[in-house]
Amino acid sequence: MSSSSSGNVGIVIVSHSSKIAEGAADMVRQMVGNAVPLAWTGGDTDGGLGTNVAGILEAIEAAWSTAGVAILVDLGGAETNSEMAVEMLAEDRRARVVVCNAPVVEGAVIAATESSGGSSLAAVKRSAEEFYA
Amino acid sequence: MHNVNASRAANAFAPLTASAVLVNAVGLHARPSVKLTQCAKGFAAKIEFALAPDGPWTDAKSPVKVMRVKAPQGATLHFRVAGPDGKAALAAVLALVHDGFGEA
Repeated sequence: MSSSSSGNVGIVIVSHSSKIAEGAADMVRQMVGNAVPLAWTGGDTDGGLGTNVAGILEAIEAAWSTAGVAILVDLGGAETNSEMAVEMLAEDRRARVVVCNAPVVEGAVIAATESSGGSSLAAVKRSAEEFYA
Repeated sequence: MHNVNASRAANAFAPLTASAVLVNAVGLHARPSVKLTQCAKGFAAKIEFALAPDGPWTDAKSPVKVMRVKAPQGATLHFRVAGPDGKAALAAVLALVHDGFGEA
């Protein structure tokens, strides 16, 4: 299926480790395909473990879709920094970005699967969060 | 097996059923689950499957639910499909299972 990616919900992966973020993105690409805008970010600005708001903003930009963007995060700071990044977005974009309460790897694959079928942002978030349901 | 929860739209179409044996080595694990979900999502019909002919039924469009079934190689997948494009949907999911989801 070679559906255009522009209409599908974008997926952003945020981990403290760039290796985890990149690896999770690899899994999404290989398992789900290229029909979904996808970006990842991991590590602090010095290249150590952590997350940074600027990197998350860049990733949101890279995975931007008119259908919105779903962010998958790992621990604490990844979530708070992602929420901070969302708050820094222009108002018209803010409402179209959500942070999912889901495990980062499984959630990313599930969210992308849902998105690849053309589902709405709400459906993508709901599906990813089924892991904790 | 009257499913009172079936959607009104699906009720307008008599459910079609068929089964296929999982031939790929890993069974219905992560990657095949994603493929089945993506295939199912391409149709309007309600698509469900079960490991027994009388259920319990799993929504084939839900990646999480499909993975939770953990169907092994050799398991028989019973499909129940209802909707305007039910016939094509059933043919597509059966073909996917027969082909081992494109895996060995």
